[in-house]
Amino acid sequence: MITFKNFFRMLKGNRIYYIGAIIMTGLSVLMSMIPPLIIKATVDSILGGIPLEAPAFVNDLIEAVGGMSTLSANIWICSLAIVAVTALNGVASYFKGRWTAVGSENIAKTLKDTLYDHLQRLPYDYHVKAQTGDLIQRCTSDVDTIRRFIAGQMVEAAKIVFIFIFSVSIMISMNMSLTFVTIAIIPFIFIFSLIFFKKITASFKLADVKEGELQTVLQENLSGVRVVRAFGRQRLEVDKFEEKNSSFRDLSIASIGNMAVFWGVSDLLCMAQIGLVLLLGIRDTLAGEMSLGSLLVFNTYAAMLIYPMRQLARIIGDMGRMGVSIGRVYEIINEKLEEDTPGAGEHPLDGDIVFENVNFSYEQSSPVLKDLSFEVKAGETIAVLGSTGSGKSSLMHLFLRLYDYQSGSLKIGGVELRDISKRWLRENIGLVLQEPFLYSKTVIENLRMAKFDADNEEIFDAAKTAAVHDVIKSFEHGYETIVGEKGVTLSGGQKQRVAIARTLIKNSSILIFDDSLSAVDAETDSRIRAALRERRAGVTTFIISQRINTLMEADRIFVMEQGRLSDSGTHKELIGRDGLYSRIWNIQSLDEELES
Amino acid sequence: MSNFEEQDYTKQLDVSLWIKLFNIIKAYRKELFLLIALMVLLAGADAVFPLMSKYAIDTFIVKGDMGGFALFAAGYMGLVVVQALVIYGFLMNSGNLECKVVHQIRKVGFKKLQELSFSYYDNTPVGWIMSRMTSDAQRIGDVIAWSFTDLIWGPAIIILVAINMFILDAKLAIAAMLVFPLLALASFHFQRIMLKNHREVRKMNSKITGAYNEGINGARTTKTLVREDKNFEEFENLSGGMRKASIKAATVSAIYLPIVISLGSIAVGLVLWQGGGRVRLNLITYGTYSVFIAYAMQIFEPIQQIARVLSEFQSAQASAERTLTLLETEPDIVDSEEIAAIYGDSVNPKPENWPAINGDITFENVSFNYKTGEKVLEDFNLHIQAGEKIALVGETGAGKSTIVNLICRFYEPSSGSILIDGVDYRKRSQIWLQSNLGYVLQSPHLFSGTVADNIRYAKLDATDEEVEAAARTVSAYDFIMELEKGFDTQVGEGGGRLSSGQKQLISFARAIIADPKIFVLDEATSSIDTETERMIQKAVDIVLKGRTSFIVAHRLSTIRSCDRILVISEGRIKESGSHRQLMRRRGEYFNLYTNQFKEEQSNRLLQAEPEKKAL
Repeated sequence: MITFKNFFRMLKGNRIYYIGAIIMTGLSVLMSMIPPLIIKATVDSILGGIPLEAPAFVNDLIEAVGGMSTLSANIWICSLAIVAVTALNGVASYFKGRWTAVGSENIAKTLKDTLYDHLQRLPYDYHVKAQTGDLIQRCTSDVDTIRRFIAGQMVEAAKIVFIFIFSVSIMISMNMSLTFVTIAIIPFIFIFSLIFFKKITASFKLADVKEGELQTVLQENLSGVRVVRAFGRQRLEVDKFEEKNSSFRDLSIASIGNMAVFWGVSDLLCMAQIGLVLLLGIRDTLAGEMSLGSLLVFNTYAAMLIYPMRQLARIIGDMGRMGVSIGRVYEIINEKLEEDTPGAGEHPLDGDIVFENVNFSYEQSSPVLKDLSFEVKAGETIAVLGSTGSGKSSLMHLFLRLYDYQSGSLKIGGVELRDISKRWLRENIGLVLQEPFLYSKTVIENLRMAKFDADNEEIFDAAKTAAVHDVIKSFEHGYETIVGEKGVTLSGGQKQRVAIARTLIKNSSILIFDDSLSAVDAETDSRIRAALRERRAGVTTFIISQRINTLMEADRIFVMEQGRLSDSGTHKELIGRDGLYSRIWNIQSLDEELES
Repeated sequence: MSNFEEQDYTKQLDVSLWIKLFNIIKAYRKELFLLIALMVLLAGADAVFPLMSKYAIDTFIVKGDMGGFALFAAGYMGLVVVQALVIYGFLMNSGNLECKVVHQIRKVGFKKLQELSFSYYDNTPVGWIMSRMTSDAQRIGDVIAWSFTDLIWGPAIIILVAINMFILDAKLAIAAMLVFPLLALASFHFQRIMLKNHREVRKMNSKITGAYNEGINGARTTKTLVREDKNFEEFENLSGGMRKASIKAATVSAIYLPIVISLGSIAVGLVLWQGGGRVRLNLITYGTYSVFIAYAMQIFEPIQQIARVLSEFQSAQASAERTLTLLETEPDIVDSEEIAAIYGDSVNPKPENWPAINGDITFENVSFNYKTGEKVLEDFNLHIQAGEKIALVGETGAGKSTIVNLICRFYEPSSGSILIDGVDYRKRSQIWLQSNLGYVLQSPHLFSGTVADNIRYAKLDATDEEVEAAARTVSAYDFIMELEKGFDTQVGEGGGRLSSGQKQLISFARAIIADPKIFVLDEATSSIDTETERMIQKAVDIVLKGRTSFIVAHRLSTIRSCDRILVISEGRIKESGSHRQLMRRRGEYFNLYTNQFKEEQSNRLLQAEPEKKAL
């Protein structure tokens, strides 16, 4: 039922289009009922001379053109009526099509927008754990399943219902018993279709599984082509693929066999029923219970009525699939958004940073930061050394409130971090991630990400600081080069440098480099650091690194081990005592002993 | 990369292309002929039903005589059964054809992929090949079977109906068919626009998928840059464009159908008018009148079908073209016919004729350049004695991998020759050499299946004992036995359920089980934890014993124990010698080694303390 509620919630704002479309559907169906009646009138009354039984307005209309005698002399008027009615049908069906499209595309757009925006505003942690492939599938193919249903099948179902109502009421007025014969088959066809569609879906699912296996073999063969060749196993691979390929073929043929049985049998039922209506109609006509024209009408209506019933069954089957898709989509939409603390405001970030007994752990896991206390003066440069899992990245994430600490106090310029708005923090603290993400746009667009009104001078300047200006210039299209699959693939180091430049552009009060020079060679690394020193005077800076040359230049070095600050001090102080830092120093500064 | 863009359809229907494709699947001539026969039969039955009504009206109703009614009823129902059988038959047949065509294209394609050289794989993204082999193959099968089906039915029914009408009353037939050209014109015109619109929608759709992909993958960066609003603005542009394009496409369809049925109704009107007069003059019977009305009511359908099918062929053409490109690509490295006759090829090897390999390898004035013209090796000379352990060291792009690829004959020299045991390896078959190779990749690749299946990959007839022994040799036995089902544990797609160290060890076991004479090891660059590294090192030492081996070296410990270290730079051997000799020289190797040493030691320190990663 939640699905149902969500479904109506989704239609909101576009219901008017659907109401209009359904009215137009009814109108269009009604119009399509009229040509057979005109043919009946022509055959029975104009050619056959049976008095016309028609609603008053039709009689008035006939009188207006000069009565039956005029019609009789000018059958083309009837023809014109058919064309006119069909054209009206066309107009109605145009609006039906147009309004359904507008309604469903509006809904699809709203759904897509909501999903996109919602995903962006979910907490950082959600994205750390997210399964990209599954999310994308929900946003694309599930949304499309919903769209297809509301764009076509919903209105299609209404159309079938209208056909039933209109044709049955007209037929009853002509021949009640034959009408019941005509519709007697409908429940059977309906149930038969319902059962069979289920069966067909199941057999296609089997084939789908096999196709998945086939794709796996193909994928593994292509990505493992070196292994295949190195062991000369082409033959085995061909056999392996052929096994999947032919069993997929056989399963597909089997499911098409099911389909062929379904269409064969249901067509047999439909056609036999239409035949039965014709045969009984002939008998009734001969018995004088109905006219030849009515027989023709019955023949046409029966076909209009019986065949689509199979469709109705299929739509009902698809409704289940749409329900599942709605559920999957709303699972994302109902996910709680990242929220700011109430009353959090904008405070200057250029003051001292004070940690007091800060504790932090990810949801229900062991503590990552334990009782962390330290002070950093404004404008200081702090280098952080720590092993994987020591909590150094988590510490940096706290500054941007990508995660909030559980206890203790963290103050910037005397203001508790929790009282500073997340947006403000992220806008004014530059964080370069270790594996930064570049968008598949041009280089300059990527650089302008953090400050969209930056002028070219600012951008070039930042790129020069990050030692990437010349690299970019060397590309064929320079700063207009598109990054990523569709353009130039950047190396890990180049990406990191672009990301650094991107962050530098926004003139932050605090800068954090989360091991973001790891893929850059040592020489470039030191060039970038020199340029940075010049640029960032007065900016409080944190640099996570494992390179001793990087670490030793900082004002102070923090050594993190297992969530604690195990040591801190200047390079000189730290190499003077035994610890992680001095051990690393010893390794990285030794040269001679290697010749042994 | 631009060759591999997905869009760009050809504008005109290219008949020769489809003929080529039909050639590939000519094995299914029987199904094709059956398809034509069934569709003509179906069209025949479709055309006959109105004639049945005519007969009933003229014989029973107008004459008021029920004589022969039972026979007629039986005949009618008989026709219904025949029609249903034909429907069943053609669905079966076309379905069969579709599946077989898809199967055949994939089969031929896969076989081709096994023959194509590495140069092809270097320049072709796996995703591109996947699309050709999956969705495009399916599309072609679909079009050939089903669109072709409709393409036969449409003209068949038009011709049959026209013949019937002309026989019954030529004048009325002309009246009924007067709107024909207009109908055809409108159908083709609209189908063309609709095809174009459809492409536009598809293009927008793939852009939106791309935007989601980027939005989700880049969500964390977006947060740190506070880009949410800007991104959303850009996305709304896309989704708005998508909505506009979709509504436009739907609107055109919404115009098309009314026009077609209105034109159709003109045919009905003309028949009703002209036919009515002719009934009154007794030129035709009521029955004939009803036949004409029935025909006029359905005349627009086959025309619409033909227009649709032709545009389907056109839109599937891009799939066909791309798939043919794959099927028609010729491998660069081919064994000559005489050689294949003696030693066999990859699909039918003849190991009984293979000379034993010793492992002595010589590069004689070997030059190599990629197709793009980029020179990698020039006049390269090297002699390696059987059993020698060679390490290749150097920067990315220096030519290390090329040397190894040449030895494996994944590439052939552009000039010069490579001798194995004194014989140019082009005088032997590829499969001969490659069956004698042991090969361990930087990132180990395992196939879906059990651990045992993967080890057995290099020696299909290996006994369980041999598999276990190979695992023991590389110290993989213990951890394998600790897995849920031991050697019968499924490794998961791409070996996803095992740690990378475990995968590496399994790939070692695989590489030695066939006891190859030549061994290539492309070491992992990524850091693995110390424990695993120790085990892998032990495995390497054992594995390389007594084989000619090449190590693209990243780890110091391996390098040190090699017989000869080659420092490769810009396609040349810059330094050559043992570890001790090269260290003493204090050249490039010395620098490389010391830098690596520092880095490795620091990493080790920084990795040693957190909870040990399970091997």
